[in-house]
Amino acid sequence: MSDTYYDLMRRQGISRRSFLKFCSLTAASLGLGEAGAQQIAQAMETKQRTPVIWIEGLECTCCSESFIRSAHPLAKDVVLSMLSLDYHMTLSAAAGEQLRANAHETIKKHKGNYILAVEGNPPLAEEGNYCIYYGKPFVDVLREYAKDAKAVISWGSCASWGCVQAAKPNPTRATPIHKVITDKPIIKVPGCPPIAEVMTGVVTYMLTFDRLPDLDAQGRPKMFYGQRVHDKCYRRPHFDAGQFVEAFDDEGARKGYCLYKVGCKGPTTYNACSATRWNEGLSFPIQSGHGCIGCSEDDFWDKGSFYDHLTTIRAPGLANLGVEGTANRIGLAALGVAGAALAAHAAVSAIKQASSRGRNDRVSDVEK
Amino acid sequence: MRVNRVSGRVLEGPFEPVYVYEAPVRFWHWTMAICMVVLAATGYLIGSPLPAIGGEATFSYFFANIRMIHFIAAMLFVVLFLVRIVWVFLGNHHARSIFVPPVWSAEWWSGLFSQAAYYLFLRREPHHWVGHNPLAQFAMFAMFVLGSIVIVLTGLALYSEQYGWGSVWMNAFGWVNVLLGGSQMVRTVHNLAMWYLLLFAIVHVYMVFREDIMSGESVIGTMINGIRMFKRAPR
Repeated sequence: MSDTYYDLMRRQGISRRSFLKFCSLTAASLGLGEAGAQQIAQAMETKQRTPVIWIEGLECTCCSESFIRSAHPLAKDVVLSMLSLDYHMTLSAAAGEQLRANAHETIKKHKGNYILAVEGNPPLAEEGNYCIYYGKPFVDVLREYAKDAKAVISWGSCASWGCVQAAKPNPTRATPIHKVITDKPIIKVPGCPPIAEVMTGVVTYMLTFDRLPDLDAQGRPKMFYGQRVHDKCYRRPHFDAGQFVEAFDDEGARKGYCLYKVGCKGPTTYNACSATRWNEGLSFPIQSGHGCIGCSEDDFWDKGSFYDHLTTIRAPGLANLGVEGTANRIGLAALGVAGAALAAHAAVSAIKQASSRGRNDRVSDVEK
Repeated sequence: MRVNRVSGRVLEGPFEPVYVYEAPVRFWHWTMAICMVVLAATGYLIGSPLPAIGGEATFSYFFANIRMIHFIAAMLFVVLFLVRIVWVFLGNHHARSIFVPPVWSAEWWSGLFSQAAYYLFLRREPHHWVGHNPLAQFAMFAMFVLGSIVIVLTGLALYSEQYGWGSVWMNAFGWVNVLLGGSQMVRTVHNLAMWYLLLFAIVHVYMVFREDIMSGESVIGTMINGIRMFKRAPR
């Protein structure tokens, strides 16, 4: 098991030429430039494969589905050549005890040296019994596997933020990984699912350079989550021009105007969709005519309608009475109430003023 | 004329005109007012844009110009606000009042309640004050000063976003994003803070006119020439 990546690739019949092509494409997708391609090639020729254990908690497997559709690098290359994916419930050929034994063997053999990739998150309510993994609460398995890991990757919005199962009122207390595992470096790769190339790109970077990519203040790799969808959106000129889609069947929608007014969350969403796009760069939601729903942002399920870019605010405890609205609606109502109160105050003031003037007049009459 | 140093309450006549608002404060007040009107109008349009305009996107920069005006007025607002904070240390006693309400003074609190009672028509005549009355001081601090700090920080955080993580702007203000749990929330807070400041503005304008007409002191004129005049003897 001391093969380098390069040895493995050659053994699978991949030519030197294809290998170098792969290195330069990967370097380009990571934004590393020409020198980067050399570095990747060098690393892959000399380094041993890093074992990865991929576990799945409360989730929908959309992260895995996305991962296997990666084009640059191809998921096949990543799984078969780059990393040693020792354990993945969905992708592994083996199943049951055999597979689990494999995971335990890796943990024992590569103690402190393997990467734990977590898809989904553990629910903490009822002692974690809402998600059972080999007869044990998932949260216990997560802690056990994370104990000797070098680093933890939080795949997708579930592991990074909580996603739909953590949306209010979060009955199972689904909790993102970084709130459960606090003593390991954690890299968040949010999205529902994350972009395939972003997933393989992050893995490639970690294996090649043997370190975490540069993270932003919220723990996401800057290279993919440094900018908003809005910043590189091809419809941005329509935004700047003031050309907006007002309804999904209007003239503006046909002409491909900006989707801001029909709820596009591109301006508040940090992701690479508008740059890398999806399905081998074919398209992304905005290109197909629907606004971004902000799936890689924290709590995006609880930020109001997907079709209004202003968040609906619900007064705590008053939502059942219908006390909700955007900041503009709430603000306008508050201003209306204040205006009415001030008008009433002005009226009472005027009456008081008039009556006190009358009294003063009477007093001065008496004094005369 | 004898005045309580802490609360600014006039204790005894005879009344003399007092120089309250120095020239920089007056200039600051009116430029801030203009900035706020421009910011609220453009800000509302950024949140709720006008109906789409036609033609080629190449030839129009309409929405970006609205944002540009918003940014220019916002930067002016920030600079003025910072200069005003410097003036707290350089200016006279009254320059401090809305930034540091003397909450440690019992006399100030009793003034606040008596003024509140007056506005609720529970008290016939108000006391006389040289600068802001304690209630006005409190409202200025809680609504204008705190509201401005919130709107400035969230605004700068939103402005930083176009430069992306790792930029100087984001290094300086990205923490607001993290603190509030994402950009969408920063927007909502920024938007709510605008309405909070507008609420302050209408109460402020109403009170100014009411005081000018009904109280014993000049108010609007004071923010023009800086001098507080007393119209009648206190009771």
